[in-house]
Amino acid sequence: MKSSVITFPGSNCDRDMDVALKKFGFNNKMVWHNDNELPKSDLVVLPGGFSYGDYLRCGSMASKSKIMQSVINFAKSGGLVMGICNGFQILVETGLVPGVLLRNKYLEFICKNVFVKLDNKENTYFKNLNKDVLEFHIAHNEGNYFCTKDQLKEIKDNNQIALYYCNYEGKIDDQYNPNGSIKNIAGIFNKEKNVIGMMPHPERMIDQSLSGEDGSIFFKNLINNIK
Amino acid sequence: MKVSAIITLKKDVLDPQGKVIHQALDGMGFKNISEVRQGKYFEIDVNENDPNKAKAVVEDMCEKLLANLVIENFKIIETQ
Repeated sequence: MKSSVITFPGSNCDRDMDVALKKFGFNNKMVWHNDNELPKSDLVVLPGGFSYGDYLRCGSMASKSKIMQSVINFAKSGGLVMGICNGFQILVETGLVPGVLLRNKYLEFICKNVFVKLDNKENTYFKNLNKDVLEFHIAHNEGNYFCTKDQLKEIKDNNQIALYYCNYEGKIDDQYNPNGSIKNIAGIFNKEKNVIGMMPHPERMIDQSLSGEDGSIFFKNLINNIK
Repeated sequence: MKVSAIITLKKDVLDPQGKVIHQALDGMGFKNISEVRQGKYFEIDVNENDPNKAKAVVEDMCEKLLANLVIENFKIIETQ
């Protein structure tokens, strides 16, 4: 299985993602933002970080970089594209997934483990996953998911909500919402479910002794689903 | 020709920074405020002499990059 991780100026989770993908069997290539063409890939990842220094709006500059046209074409032809953290911010700026990510409600940079609940397993990312609640790590300043009322209705009607912030038992409540996201939303699909954007970092949960194993569960399942 | 654009958050979008600035102003004694909203201001020097054409170019920029129309409005406020 072939994957590509795009490196933008200011990306800083690209190598972690590379390590994670390789650990679970992907043949991963790093792709520079200024390249024109994606290598042949089964999965494209937009990693976390601070692309272009978060200037203007997080992800806005990266969404216009050269490689993104190729990523957008790949996504529109049904290819799997996963945006993590800053990658999620880039995805919303391209319009591949709906909504935007605003500054966290309490204006603080949040760096901690959170639990997220899967809402929809009818997709390549979560199909056959034997858990409904996963513990991932978040580290962001602009993760406050927002969309218009009409968009919210549409994403609900199309089952586009991928992840909700919750407690360890999967209870979704305001008190488990770290950043003020509308409806506790932590991750969103596009309509076709081949594109996913999420604030939590599964690649930071791939080693029991360092962090946790829920990222390992996610990546192992993902590669099996792609095979 | 210089064109200025101002970008503001739409009415129902939460503006936490504006809220904190409001609180700070309130603490400093500026009590007569009902709301503060923070926005962005751009001054763009366009190589164009026709003010309408220059405005149109900046409008296009606002739509494509400078503003995110899901949460923001923009206004071209002056040309000189």
